[in-house]
Amino acid sequence: MLTLLFDGIAYGMLLFVLAVGLAVTMGLMNFINLAHGAFAMAGGYTTVLLMNRLGVPFLATLPLAFLFTALLGAAFERTLYRPMYNRPHLDQVLFSIGLVFMAVTGVDYVLGSQQQMINVPEWLRGRFELGDVGIGKYRLFIIVICGLLTIALQMVLSRTRFGSRLRAAVDDPRVARGLGINVNQVFLLTFAAGSGLAGLGGALGVEVLGMDPSFPLKFMVYFLIVVSVGGTTTITGPLLAALLLGIADVFGKYYAPKLGSFIVYSLMIVILTLRPQGLFGQKVSK
Amino acid sequence: MSPVQASLKAGAAWRWWELALGAVALASLFLAGNHALLLKDIAITALFAVSLDLILGYAGVVSLGHAAFFGFGAYAAGLFAKHVMPDPLVGLAAAVGATAVLGLFTSILVLRGTDLTRLMVTLGVAAVLYELANKLDGLTGGADGLQGVSMGPIVTPFGRFEFDLYGRTAYAYCLLVLVLVMLVARRVVHSPFGYSLQALRDNRLRATAIGLSVNARLTVIYTLAAAVAGAAGALMAQTSGFASLDGFNFDRSADLVLIVVIGGTGYLYGGIFGAIAFKLLHELLSTWTPQYWMFWIGLFLVVLMLVGRDRFIRPWTLFKRGGGA
Repeated sequence: MLTLLFDGIAYGMLLFVLAVGLAVTMGLMNFINLAHGAFAMAGGYTTVLLMNRLGVPFLATLPLAFLFTALLGAAFERTLYRPMYNRPHLDQVLFSIGLVFMAVTGVDYVLGSQQQMINVPEWLRGRFELGDVGIGKYRLFIIVICGLLTIALQMVLSRTRFGSRLRAAVDDPRVARGLGINVNQVFLLTFAAGSGLAGLGGALGVEVLGMDPSFPLKFMVYFLIVVSVGGTTTITGPLLAALLLGIADVFGKYYAPKLGSFIVYSLMIVILTLRPQGLFGQKVSK
Repeated sequence: MSPVQASLKAGAAWRWWELALGAVALASLFLAGNHALLLKDIAITALFAVSLDLILGYAGVVSLGHAAFFGFGAYAAGLFAKHVMPDPLVGLAAAVGATAVLGLFTSILVLRGTDLTRLMVTLGVAAVLYELANKLDGLTGGADGLQGVSMGPIVTPFGRFEFDLYGRTAYAYCLLVLVLVMLVARRVVHSPFGYSLQALRDNRLRATAIGLSVNARLTVIYTLAAAVAGAAGALMAQTSGFASLDGFNFDRSADLVLIVVIGGTGYLYGGIFGAIAFKLLHELLSTWTPQYWMFWIGLFLVVLMLVGRDRFIRPWTLFKRGGGA
């Protein structure tokens, strides 16, 4: 029981790191980016390739996955995403789905469609008992890393100059621009950081979620659930939504495996019908 | 007649190319030959696309789960034929009715919220139905699909038409339904109701301000679109004698949005042209590169969106600055 809860929390934290970039960019640019999972996949494959082909140790691949995906994100933002910001949502959805299709088949073509495996270091394998609760070491590792990241993110957002600029730009880009904030640059940095986090999440998730070319499509819905249920105005919203989703998913799969994702989807529909702005979203007057 | 009436009348008048399209459709019945099955697929896809265009192009509701109604219609028609009676026309009517009820209930879900919320809710409805169809395997056959659906002949005053192996009857049947739906849809979008939909698509706040009840209108059009999508699904199940989980797939919804966008939104025929273009493109790409055709579809989408939908349909505006999208 508590073990399940623990697994659910680990899963939820992982989902949060994967999706938080999406939440921030969506809130910031009002851009529906379905291709977020593609960046996560890029991070996951970076880790896989670095470990299996070049023999880089697991821990060292994590920052590299972050960096690589962040750079990739920045490049995409500059070249492809920027012209799409002012388009209708329909265009954005189609554009990013197109990117997902390309990423899925592109990776399939280059690296093959099989599930990718990595060997995590010895000290992260296995589990130990704490009282009655069985704790997977790797899951604990995920919780610690993701927890630290969350705190760091919250600090950056609430304490630094960049954070206040970012919050200003989210609240009202026009006024922020009028106050001399370089909103484009804020966009770029945020997009890069968000993609980087997704990449890091993907890298951490290789062991737990698996990594194959259909990753962006498989988890796209989960990311979107986190963002739409959590709302895009805060960071705590998506965090709680991700934890809720992770726990509900793990429990659902354990106690009612026949129902599959039925519970998760139904829960989402109910929540969104009752609170269209998301559980923790505030009404924006746009 | 006041100028306003005159301009409304002019909008509803028959164009020459609409008549030409009808003539081509009629001719295709006799010239179909071996391609009747492909043409049947196109007709069904066109019908499905028209139904999405009704809510996307006219009412501005972005849906990524329209396949929910397609799959539901397919299962409804299949189950009806299997357990009640094999008559296709009655089965079609029953499936359409059932899907309309589903549309009515789910329309409540799309009335509120932003584009993102609607996207998620429509997607969620399709996913829930997918899971249900998968789990209720006693009724639907689960992952194997609903098998053993045998259809009776179509009984008309002009005689009985059996479904044949080459799909000629099936094509004629689907085409007929498509034409009928187009006539109804045409009537609807050129009615005051149709214009009010466009008003609320363009600016919901103002539409409310001039006294349109936005929610009631959205409910009606969403239900209608669901019924049409259900008809498309029912035709698919009846003509292939099979209904599967594939009907609820996310890919199907996403492809459909693409089809409507290729053909152009908000003028009703976009769905038909889009379906023709998409199916041909699909045939071409999947024979050329069966495993990776999705890549080219993706590339096409990205380029299309970067260039802009409007400019894609009117290439001569490509090099004009400003204006347009």
